[in-house]
Amino acid sequence: MATDVIHGSKAVAEAVKLCDVDVIAAYPITPQTRISESLAKFAATGAIRAEYIKVESEHSAMSACIGASATGARTFTATSSQGLAYMFELLFVASGMRLPIVMANANRALSAPLNIWNDQQDSVSARDCGWIQIYVETNQEALDSVIQAYRISENHEILIPSMVCLDGYVLTHTMEPVDIPEQDLIEKYLPPFKPALSLDPDSPITLGAFANPSTYMEFRYEQQKAIERSFKAIEAAGKEYGKLTGREYGLLEEYNLDDAEIVLITMGSLAGTVKETLASLNDRRIGLLRVRAFRPFPKDDVRRLLKDVDKVAVIEKDISVGLGEGALFSEIKSSLYGLDSQPSMAGFIAGLGGRDVTPEDIAGVVKKVEKGFEGTGWVGLK
Amino acid sequence: MVTLGGHIKETGSTTKTKTGGWRTFKPVIHMDKCVDCGCCWIFCPDMSILRKDGEYSVDLEYCKGCGICSRECPTGAIEMVLEEK
Ligand code: SF4
Ligand code: SF4
Repeated sequence: MATDVIHGSKAVAEAVKLCDVDVIAAYPITPQTRISESLAKFAATGAIRAEYIKVESEHSAMSACIGASATGARTFTATSSQGLAYMFELLFVASGMRLPIVMANANRALSAPLNIWNDQQDSVSARDCGWIQIYVETNQEALDSVIQAYRISENHEILIPSMVCLDGYVLTHTMEPVDIPEQDLIEKYLPPFKPALSLDPDSPITLGAFANPSTYMEFRYEQQKAIERSFKAIEAAGKEYGKLTGREYGLLEEYNLDDAEIVLITMGSLAGTVKETLASLNDRRIGLLRVRAFRPFPKDDVRRLLKDVDKVAVIEKDISVGLGEGALFSEIKSSLYGLDSQPSMAGFIAGLGGRDVTPEDIAGVVKKVEKGFEGTGWVGLK
Repeated sequence: MVTLGGHIKETGSTTKTKTGGWRTFKPVIHMDKCVDCGCCWIFCPDMSILRKDGEYSVDLEYCKGCGICSRECPTGAIEMVLEEK
């Protein structure tokens, strides 16, 4: 195992290299560009044997991945914000055709007004596309999660594409020490892709053709059942990975939850800031629940972990405009629905369009909630 | 029946679905101007140009009326005519 000090973008590219991907189709977009650039360089210098398809848009990038994956190729793409939005219809095609494509999304705000900085509105808005979504806290986790994503998605019980979401700039452009596992270790962990279906001129099939009202609903039901099976697969993939590398992952990360009366909940790199804050507050009554898998959403585990807690405060970088709260807050509330004694709940919108969320902001949230704040609030709003 | 990802194993299922009804304009080939270059046959995205012994016709059960054949014909032999029912 070699430790390198690298950007999150490079960590993703190193993971793709380790996974021996067959086809990469990507279109550069800030702050994802360094991922596609690193991969293009790997392909150009022969460091990877993947076919790198230069496409004219994200719509084409996902289309190319769909076509390649349908022939039985292990495929990868990466995007961000507007690019993910431009892929939107293809996201449904990829998941509906049950193709185990893996994509990295560098989380960034959406236009207008134009903003290239980090929040999580892009992938959160794509939550209903039938993809697995993993939100990572660190560059190390970005690398580890891409590798695990292939193992989860390619499982024949599942066959659902995966999106690994890493915060733009905060991770993509920030250097951190990252352990890069040995190739033979990953070869053991991730066997070559065996497609469940593949396009072959010698025995032709049609993929994703047409379903009328008499069958369409059943396809959607099957997708739901498949992604439910991924709960176990995500946990198993994280555990198995832990055995090989010493870094174990699950659906959720529990931090200081044993005696916690107040639990902060968030996704992605903001969890690092929360951990820092909690360490300096040094109060056993305050813990953190980091949501790593946003899809499938681990409702039952959330309910089990929060049922005896006094207060819950969600801090997230997205908003459902019109509802006035973030999607994570909605999911947490729905997970706790019908409990005999519900914790008091607060949801905070923070860090939109790259506004910094500081330890002081987090401490402010804790203070507010301690004083009995419930409902929705904004952090750092001018 | 629900198959994985909606895949269909039997080939040729499109022969059961006629898609010519989407058309607004239909191609009419004037054979007196045709030089048998085959461009229309090559470019038609729906394989609706039928070619037999230098004679060209259109399979109107599948032609979607896109007009690509007409655009590509070097001698202007293919006229797009409004469909009137
Ligand atoms: S109009 Fe279009 S679909 Fe019809 S024959 Fe010409 S090229 Fe083919
Ligand atoms: S493109 Fe025109 S000239 Fe050429 S074969 Fe077709 S109709 Fe004839």
